[in-house]
Amino acid sequence: MSALPLAFLGGVDPWIFALSLITVGLTIYMGFRSAKSSKTAGDFFVAGRSVSVGWNASAISGEYLSAASFMGIAGMVMAVGYDALWYPVCYACGYLFLLLFIAGPLRRFGAYTIPDFAEGRYDSPVFRKIAVCFVLFIGFFYTMPQMKGAGTTLAYIFPGLPYWVGVAVVGAVITLNVALGGMKGITLVQAMQYWLKLFAITVPVFVLMAVFGGYGSNLGVNDGRVLTAPAISSSVEASLLAPAASSEIVRKPLGEKAPADAAWISPFGPLTTKAAKAAGLTPEQSKPYSLLYTYSLIIALVCGTAGLPHILVRFYTNPDGVAAKRTTMWVMILIGVFYVFPPVLGVIGRNLLPELYAATGAKGTDKVVLELPRILHEHYGVWGSILSGVACAGAFAAFMSTFSGLLVSMTGAVAHDVYGRMLRPNATPEQRMRMFKFAAIGIGGVSVILGSQVEQLQINFMVGQAFAIAAASYFPLLFMSVWWRGMTMKGAATGMLGGGIAALLCMTLINLNDLKMIDLKAFWAGHPLLRILCEQPAIWSVPLAIGLMIVVSKATSKDIPKDIRMKMLVLHAPEQLGLKNEYIQEHQAGAGH
Amino acid sequence: MPHSTDRADTIHSEAFLASLMRRQLRLSIACAAAFLVALLGLPLANYFAPALMATRVGGFTLTWLIVGVLFFPYVWLISGIFIKRSLKLEADEAKEVLK
Repeated sequence: MSALPLAFLGGVDPWIFALSLITVGLTIYMGFRSAKSSKTAGDFFVAGRSVSVGWNASAISGEYLSAASFMGIAGMVMAVGYDALWYPVCYACGYLFLLLFIAGPLRRFGAYTIPDFAEGRYDSPVFRKIAVCFVLFIGFFYTMPQMKGAGTTLAYIFPGLPYWVGVAVVGAVITLNVALGGMKGITLVQAMQYWLKLFAITVPVFVLMAVFGGYGSNLGVNDGRVLTAPAISSSVEASLLAPAASSEIVRKPLGEKAPADAAWISPFGPLTTKAAKAAGLTPEQSKPYSLLYTYSLIIALVCGTAGLPHILVRFYTNPDGVAAKRTTMWVMILIGVFYVFPPVLGVIGRNLLPELYAATGAKGTDKVVLELPRILHEHYGVWGSILSGVACAGAFAAFMSTFSGLLVSMTGAVAHDVYGRMLRPNATPEQRMRMFKFAAIGIGGVSVILGSQVEQLQINFMVGQAFAIAAASYFPLLFMSVWWRGMTMKGAATGMLGGGIAALLCMTLINLNDLKMIDLKAFWAGHPLLRILCEQPAIWSVPLAIGLMIVVSKATSKDIPKDIRMKMLVLHAPEQLGLKNEYIQEHQAGAGH
Repeated sequence: MPHSTDRADTIHSEAFLASLMRRQLRLSIACAAAFLVALLGLPLANYFAPALMATRVGGFTLTWLIVGVLFFPYVWLISGIFIKRSLKLEADEAKEVLK
């Protein structure tokens, strides 16, 4: 590599570069265009509450399918095999929990954000301040993997570019877009991005399956067969060139770092047995630990989906509760269809790109989605590059849309709650709009700094952590507040803080250890159970939060809001009865705030 | 209007709220149970019947086929049923007090 300042442009594939640039350009253009049509503060926060079911469902899906879904799942399936499948399943199915227990009541209650709900349900501005913290905690944990996705993708497009530069460039572009466009722009952009992502994952999958054999056939060769490992790699290339039309599936020999077939394809593999293995337990002894890990992971992902702040806010952009429910149904279908595909790339990647096992960080398995279509280069020339470019465009859509959504809800929390409610309640709409822009820039900056530190962590793993924090904080808060009238503000706050902060600390500890900033290796080796409970805390932190809520609420039962029956009616009675307006009138007459 | 006062009394009665919440919760829990039995049962099946779950079906292991592909339509089915029932439930509840 030369020392020229433009050295990073060396080795850039023009097709991949062009398709990525078009995606970024279009996103920015649409953001600016819609910035012109969004004027009031209400437009910025919930898009004027007038988004149709189809648009809203596409936009929610577009926002939800993050870098973890687009790149991380395939990377993780390739790295650890079967155990990683729980992620896509629970990402999709967690939505069901949201639909069953939370979406309807929350929508009827009507509030811009979760902190609005927290304040309204308990008549407590103090509680709002506590609730707001978690928008930021969860948000930052969720932005880190998006930033890793950005850094990985840019490092793939520009092979000479350092990881952190990619993070900084993408972070700056999106921050600017959000500061100028707000959420109204984002609804349209994100809806389009869902379809782009679906296209960008399905087309490479179908082409690769047509050339290299189907999903099942590619899994089928992972049966522990001994691969005749040719010493010279060029003969592997030659075997790749052989027509795949024959029933024989092409498979390259695995490197040393790759898990063996049996461990990879079976449940309780490398992901869930890691802690027990480090402690030197036998496979038989470590199985119960794996089961525990699996359950804790499932709880975190399912409950966490129901407590993600940037997803919940979207329920308020539906015109009514019926539309909110229909939207959720469509979201489940849209994301469910999507989630079938990323694991396919992980499976084919294991067979055809095993060299990724040897690399780490931005060059490791997390980039399999981007790199895999390029294999077609050897058969079909430029089409390999074009397909890889399509995959990169999808990756851009993935981390850009999720990062924008997170930035809007975090900025909303700071501008709407911290500034508009706490610091300057009398601020004019102009001041609030200006604050929205400043807050967006500040939060975008912090996200870039955090994102540049996490190159060595898996994208999907980090998103799982954000879910675990949401599962132990917002999920218990929403679930219990909606269904149990005995909850008091103190109970809700204690439970949310207890469960949420416990999970947050565990995650921080695990990440600092995995990034080698602190060294707990010896301790973990002696206490595999503690390592699992710290890495996947949901199995104890969710019950802890709910338990604290019940105990403290019982102890402070005299503080139950006086109009609790009315509140419960608003949460549960059909919207046709018009209780919402009645409630607002009573509330304004009575409480006077 | 005495008629509308009656209606307001019904809506604001303890009995109405209790039945409202009970019916909604029953529906939600029934749907959640159908979902959780399958989701939480799978790791158990993997644990206690590893040979069965490792049976090859067109290249897939049985458990991979279920988790990676078949689970999604199952969840769509549950949510479809839930939405249909809960919209009907709301319509009934509204009809009861507005009749």
